[in-house]
Amino acid sequence: MSKRSVHFKIYRYDPDKDEKPYMQDITVELEASDKKLLDALMRLRGKDDSLSFRRSCREGVCGSDAMNINGKNGLACLTAIDDLPQPVVLRPLPGLPVIRDLIVDMTQFFKQYHSIKPYLINENPPPERERLQSPEDREELNGLYECILCACCSTSCPSFWWNPDKFVGPAGLLAAYRFLADTRDEATSERLDNLEDPYRLFRCHSIMNCVDVCPKGLNPTRAIGKIKDMMVARAV
Amino acid sequence: MSVAKRTFDAVIVGAGGAGLRAALQLAESGMKTAVLTKVFPTRSHTVAAQGGVAASLGNSTEDNWHWHMYDTVKGSDWLGDQDAIEFMCRKANEVVVELEHYGMPFDRTDNGKIYQRPFGGHSQHYGKTPVSRSCAAADRTGHAMLHALYQRNVRANTQFFVEWMALDLIRDAEGNVLGVTALEMETGEVCIFHARATIFATGGAGRIYQSSTNAFINTGDGLGMAARAGIPLEDMEFWQFHPTGVAGAGVLITEGVRGEGGILRNNSGERFMERYAPNLKDLASRDVVSRAMTTEINEGRGCGPDKDYVLLDITHLAPETIMKRLPGIREIAIQFAGVDPIKEPIPVVPTCHYQMGGIPTNYKGQVVVPKDGDPNVAVSGFYAAGECACASVHGANRLGTNSLLDLLVFGKSAGETVVEDNLAGNLPLRPLPADAAEYSLSRIARLESQKNGESVFDVGLEMRRTMQKHAGVFRFDNLLKEGVEAILKVAERSKTTEIHDKSKVWNTARMEALELDNLIEVAKATMVSAEARKESRGAHVRDDAPDTPEYPNGRNDNEWLKHTLWYREGNRLDYKPVNLQPLNEGTEQIALAKRTY
Repeated sequence: MSKRSVHFKIYRYDPDKDEKPYMQDITVELEASDKKLLDALMRLRGKDDSLSFRRSCREGVCGSDAMNINGKNGLACLTAIDDLPQPVVLRPLPGLPVIRDLIVDMTQFFKQYHSIKPYLINENPPPERERLQSPEDREELNGLYECILCACCSTSCPSFWWNPDKFVGPAGLLAAYRFLADTRDEATSERLDNLEDPYRLFRCHSIMNCVDVCPKGLNPTRAIGKIKDMMVARAV
Repeated sequence: MSVAKRTFDAVIVGAGGAGLRAALQLAESGMKTAVLTKVFPTRSHTVAAQGGVAASLGNSTEDNWHWHMYDTVKGSDWLGDQDAIEFMCRKANEVVVELEHYGMPFDRTDNGKIYQRPFGGHSQHYGKTPVSRSCAAADRTGHAMLHALYQRNVRANTQFFVEWMALDLIRDAEGNVLGVTALEMETGEVCIFHARATIFATGGAGRIYQSSTNAFINTGDGLGMAARAGIPLEDMEFWQFHPTGVAGAGVLITEGVRGEGGILRNNSGERFMERYAPNLKDLASRDVVSRAMTTEINEGRGCGPDKDYVLLDITHLAPETIMKRLPGIREIAIQFAGVDPIKEPIPVVPTCHYQMGGIPTNYKGQVVVPKDGDPNVAVSGFYAAGECACASVHGANRLGTNSLLDLLVFGKSAGETVVEDNLAGNLPLRPLPADAAEYSLSRIARLESQKNGESVFDVGLEMRRTMQKHAGVFRFDNLLKEGVEAILKVAERSKTTEIHDKSKVWNTARMEALELDNLIEVAKATMVSAEARKESRGAHVRDDAPDTPEYPNGRNDNEWLKHTLWYREGNRLDYKPVNLQPLNEGTEQIALAKRTY
């Protein structure tokens, strides 16, 4: 492949020196081996070492490099650079405070994740060997446990933007259902009580932005629907 | 300059599998513990492990820990310490079952038990037939494990310091370890973490190579810190090249693919592993498969326009099997190789994957160094577990699925030992030297003031190319000799790296420069140790140490059945004996033998 260049418009903000954020115009020459947006960003860093973003596994499992790419949230490492219309406009994930450049403060996101008690609750003394679970029951966890906590979903959700302190958001609710759906977990009613609130669960209006952006192809809206069904079922 | 100080009973550096498992142990003990981590815990590299965690549960084929121990010793090419290996294999069922109790979503057998699949080098009856020993959650076992461990730590209220990069180990004049200095990414401030006990769980340094399955964060921070503080690094010549990294991209394709029936083929479609390992074939040990692949490529039987890769074929498997057992692999193949493995084979090459060596420890997780004629004297206050440590259970070559097991067993063991040592009164809070943070501050000040220096990007690239060229899958005496000179030159250049970004907040340029310092120590240790070891063993295979009747597989037990110790100061080597004695009386020693699969 011949040399190709990419024109970027990137949100820049360094609290040490910038009074306010600005969009930087910058072009970078790619090598033939640069396939993903992350490759291009690493190439860009070779040119300007002050551009800050998080990255680690570069294969879509660690969830570090979520950002807003041409208006849509996604992972830089899973986004093919050649497929992106130029200029490629990069912004930090929307709705969370910006620390610097493409790095957001994820405290609120993780606070909501922690609020659903994201761990197995089963107070019975465990058996000597594994707890048994049928393959069918285990299958219920598929599409739930694979979440990488990248926050693409929650930061694309208007309900989370308006009420990040009150609405758990799609990522947290997906995790909540992951434990509700686990036959080994015994805290069903406690978990439902925890979500029985005008905001925590019911601010989801099923607009499915979360589904649209999830880089792992997960469906938080469906999980939220199932929690709502469980709420209804226990009310009657 | 005054530096803020925080005091804890224990500080754990790293929040991957080993760090999180150690943290759980300490949380239960009530010791006040801080876990420092460069990235949010679930972003640690454990997340990328795919195929499974070894335990002789025997859920679908008969199994026991003796066979697992035999396989591990043989896999290590007898360089592993048999006490530590016995300890790990005996503990495997316990720690895997615990993980299940924590909520780990293992796949299940029809009768509801943990699903197990075959993996390279794991066998029944001491090498006779393959065994299903790898406990798996689809092909996302590391992800499922890391999240389960993090979640359990949320339950335990573990105190994390997220996005803090540890900089240097603090030791007093007697050599006792008193904690670390660390840099908070969000503020750019340096802080002292003063503690009775310090546990390193900082992972590997696979980023010393050009072609690597490892994450960007795998920069050997713990090894760099240890080496700068005078602790030797053990067996650093032994690096695992995983047979199946995606050609070009380096992204890992789990051995579980071959465990589920995948086959490696050369350009004529031949299943070439039948020639190299007639018994276990594609499921031979990783070093064996990587060398066979490299030989095929070197002899012109590679695939593609440049004949520079081989093919991993699963097109004969049922699509349902692939979707159920290998869904993540399918995603990776589509994303990074541009092929759907249901229809087309995946182009793969051996790719740097795992560091067998590391900070020397015993099976309890205590860091041990030679002192007064004893090769294994514990350094007071210092512990290590996981890939950064060398217990040594992997010796000269690690078996697949033994890494996740290592994290669980030795993470737990290090935590338990800290608790025991503390209860025994062996961990006083020793006074900090007045200059405890000086060294770290001077390294940062040097970076701030450097003018006309070297680019971090360029020096890093030169290091990775040097390692790839001079210390790869096959090793050559002349290349190693040149490699030592070359890497020392790169190390010189790294002393004058310059960054242009001088800001405080989330300065990734500074972080990468500091990471490079750590990588350079690992690269030097690797090259110098490899040049010196004049035999072939496990992953270290030299052209001038071929297979002969006197030296089977080129292995020379008379002279080289010993662990390498590399010291940063003076760039010098020392050696210590391999422990061939199992832990318990009555456990049979695995006698030296030629390794064949």
